[in-house]
Amino acid sequence: MTIPVPQQTFESPHEAACHGFLHSVESGAAVDGPGMRYVFFMAGCMFRCLYCHNPDTWKLHNGRRVEVEDLLEEVDSLASFLKFAGGVTFSGGEPLMQAAFVGAAAQAMKDRYGLHIALDTQGYLHGTVEDDWFDPIDLVMLDIKHSDPEKYRELTAQPLQPTLDFAKRLVRLGKSMRIRYVLVPGWTDALEDVKRLADFVAGLDPWVEMVEVLPFHQMGTSKWDKLGLDYKLRDTRTPTRDEAEAARDVFRSRGLKTC
Amino acid sequence: MNVMAPAEIRDPWDGFSGDEWRNSVDVRGFIQANYTPYEGDAAFLAGPTTRTTGLWEDLGVLLKQEREVGVLDVSADTPSTITAHDAGYIDKDRELIVGLQTDAPLKRAIMPNGGLRMVENGLKAFGFEPDATVHEVWTKYRKSHNQGVFDVYSPEIVACRKSGVITGLPDAYGRGRIIGDYRRVALYGIDFLQAQKAEERSELDNAVFDEHTLRLREELAEQYRALGELREMGLKYGVDLSMPAATAREAIQFTYLAYLAAVKEQNGAAMSIGRISTFLDVYIQRDLENGSLTEEEAQELIDDMVIKLRIVRFLRTPDYDELFSGDPTWVTESIGGMGLDGRTLVTKTSMRVLHTLYNLGPAPEPNLTVLWSAQLPRGFKDFCAKVSKDTSAIQYENDDLMRAKWGDDYGIACCVSAMAIGKQMQFFGARANLAKALLYAINGGVDEKSGKVVAPGFEAITADVLDYDEVLAHFDKTMDWLAQTYVKALNCIHYMHDKYAYERIEMALHDRDILRTMACGIAGLSIAADSLSAIKHAKVEVIRNDAGLAVDYKITGSYPAFGNNDDRVDDIAAWLTETFMKKVNAQPFFYRDSMPTQSILTITSNVVYGKKTGCTPCGRRAGEPFAPGANPMNGRDTKGFVAAGASVAKLPYEHAQDGISWTASATPDSMGHTEAEQVRNLANCLDGFTQAGGFHVNVNMLSRETLEDAMEHPEKYPQLTVRVSGYAVNFVKLTREQQLDVIGRTFHAGM
Repeated sequence: MTIPVPQQTFESPHEAACHGFLHSVESGAAVDGPGMRYVFFMAGCMFRCLYCHNPDTWKLHNGRRVEVEDLLEEVDSLASFLKFAGGVTFSGGEPLMQAAFVGAAAQAMKDRYGLHIALDTQGYLHGTVEDDWFDPIDLVMLDIKHSDPEKYRELTAQPLQPTLDFAKRLVRLGKSMRIRYVLVPGWTDALEDVKRLADFVAGLDPWVEMVEVLPFHQMGTSKWDKLGLDYKLRDTRTPTRDEAEAARDVFRSRGLKTC
Repeated sequence: MNVMAPAEIRDPWDGFSGDEWRNSVDVRGFIQANYTPYEGDAAFLAGPTTRTTGLWEDLGVLLKQEREVGVLDVSADTPSTITAHDAGYIDKDRELIVGLQTDAPLKRAIMPNGGLRMVENGLKAFGFEPDATVHEVWTKYRKSHNQGVFDVYSPEIVACRKSGVITGLPDAYGRGRIIGDYRRVALYGIDFLQAQKAEERSELDNAVFDEHTLRLREELAEQYRALGELREMGLKYGVDLSMPAATAREAIQFTYLAYLAAVKEQNGAAMSIGRISTFLDVYIQRDLENGSLTEEEAQELIDDMVIKLRIVRFLRTPDYDELFSGDPTWVTESIGGMGLDGRTLVTKTSMRVLHTLYNLGPAPEPNLTVLWSAQLPRGFKDFCAKVSKDTSAIQYENDDLMRAKWGDDYGIACCVSAMAIGKQMQFFGARANLAKALLYAINGGVDEKSGKVVAPGFEAITADVLDYDEVLAHFDKTMDWLAQTYVKALNCIHYMHDKYAYERIEMALHDRDILRTMACGIAGLSIAADSLSAIKHAKVEVIRNDAGLAVDYKITGSYPAFGNNDDRVDDIAAWLTETFMKKVNAQPFFYRDSMPTQSILTITSNVVYGKKTGCTPCGRRAGEPFAPGANPMNGRDTKGFVAAGASVAKLPYEHAQDGISWTASATPDSMGHTEAEQVRNLANCLDGFTQAGGFHVNVNMLSRETLEDAMEHPEKYPQLTVRVSGYAVNFVKLTREQQLDVIGRTFHAGM
């Protein structure tokens, strides 16, 4: 008799370019890239971050099946507004889970409307796409969950290195970046961890526009409950303003812009 | 200090340009010839003086007492007229601009001409005794508007009013929504205006004396008399209004006293002040240039005027307050906009008026309304957006749409009703409940709540699954009936209001020959549209009670809901707007040749309409509040506020010329990382919305107080979005603990 070993099962990347799976959209986003953004939250993620605030986006097939033309239609009547006020952001989930589809959609939006395109990702799957995949992408919002490989794995169930490699690749490609770091008390707020990340990010200069230090919040709790998942951060508190500012100071001391 | 210096020797029009406005009333001509457009930023603005702050704080004590008891005091034995009360002051020696509705601040007047019952119920509700003499006069000797209306209503109208398929009618209170051109008193003085009214009347001396002419002649005589009363009222305060204002302070004082006369005479549903900022700026600019006024003094005068506008009060009943929560008076001031010649109408005083929200703190009144255009100067746009972000106290309306229709000297009455100042008035008509009418279409005119026949002569739908074409055919006929009954009711109301509660001073500050609109309105648009969408795109089964009445609906499948920028349902909403307007237009008679219009507006009465309406085929439960105005139904706009605004912007202004109201909410944090980003993003959203043809938007950039209010009254904040770390949640869907959490975090800085 074998004892069952708890096994994490992850979604496999979705390879088709003609269709993808969309979890939801937000037409009035203003902190997901410069200006007013139309955000496509793509379904599916291979990470299982303990602090995830939308675990309902993990499963690819929780999304609605859409074609490139469907996404274009979403923004069509708003394109002239988005053109002067902001642009489009692909977020998730993890948009690189559907890299072929997202790449095709981003290219089509760039071609048809000339919109500013941002990609919100943790970069783990960047190795699945060629350099020219990034041509229509104007800005990458790169989520780095932790700077210590062990803690990174503990927090996300995946290795850190691909994300760091991705950041360096973006430097090579000359892509602007915004680094996002979620500050979770007891998990990501240790000074040495923040310093290590800040040192790494400072090395990506001049391609980092800004570092966004995002205080952890409990807004996702109900979604974990609804999905019947065990939420380990149930009792974790929100960092104080001073704690968030202290983390920002670490980045600022290395000449990085923060918010 | 309140007594004005005697009129100076110099010509009050000294230094002004242009000739055409000098010989006949032409305030717009005066403004155009003399105003100084301002394209800079807000850096010039001055803070409050210690006098302003002290006076406002003293008044704060009274305001607090009033909040505790509801109504502080009532002048119950003195039916209000322009001259009924002695002069009243907050603190005579410290006031720069004087005048109160009665002889003491926050002491309310009674105006029984609208309806005695409203007065007496209002008094009793707040613990005051109705006056015996007043009762005797208005029951034995003097008839009210309210009595007149009910003398002529048909049983069908009464039934509609009772069931709530037509609601909020101004048949028991003053109709309001009329804006006197109060600027005329400052520019011309009363002697000039009286002479003009006398002339207008004498021009009719040789006309055929038919009913129209006789009514007009009597009205002109009353207008002349009311102007005399205004002069008399001014003298009680030591202000002689006979001649034109000679200084900025006089211009503000005269304009305010003219407005004060209106709110002494009428308890109107909305008593808007018009578009005075840029007019007053001409006087302020003249005094600044000749060295007789400093910026600080100019701001102080504006602050003092706004203090007065904030304490306009009416005695109303709890019923009325339920319909229009929060004791509103709609002292709407329209600010900004562009001129027909391409120059902006923004002046420094446009900014000074908005700046009162900082100098005195935020407040709902006066109802500051920015006339928005993408062409407005950047500095003004940014300042408006910043004020919105900091106070949530501004509403925005599409100047490009309205200017094309009403010229560049229109103002907003109440919330969204545009009218050329002094040249146009409206007959306020509240609204018909389109969602309930749809239920009448299904139930053959039988009310789903009472089981009584309200619309006689209609067949009910008997199918178990609703068929789109069949429902539309029934709904079409029901809307014919509704429009007919509704317009009849409005004709009754306005005939009687002119007869028994005529707005003498407001109309004295109009031209003789004016455009009148018959302002109809619809409520429940998003519910009616969603219901039709559900019937069309999903399967809707009817659940009937024992009496065979459809009382609930079971929806299988999904349907596109209004508010997601989806043409499949947005087109239905636009079609409903156009269709009901056409049915109104088709009516045979509109009192005084008025031009029918309609609004899509509920103010805050969407909750009451909801209570009076049973389950609807869109899945809304019986009694659940409607969405306000043209808003998407609560929680159904799942794509965020830009998509919701895009849906609302598709509603055709052409078929809703009395305005289309949308309320949008966001937290400042969700609008950008920095204040500069938040301001620019909001201004860009307003540009985008107006350029898409959107008509009106209430912008809620929420404060801590607002979020706390949202916890207690979630129905008022269906769209409140909280953004945290890259994702959005709907605030009202969070648990109480989570809401407290958001409040705690969002307002960290202030703790």
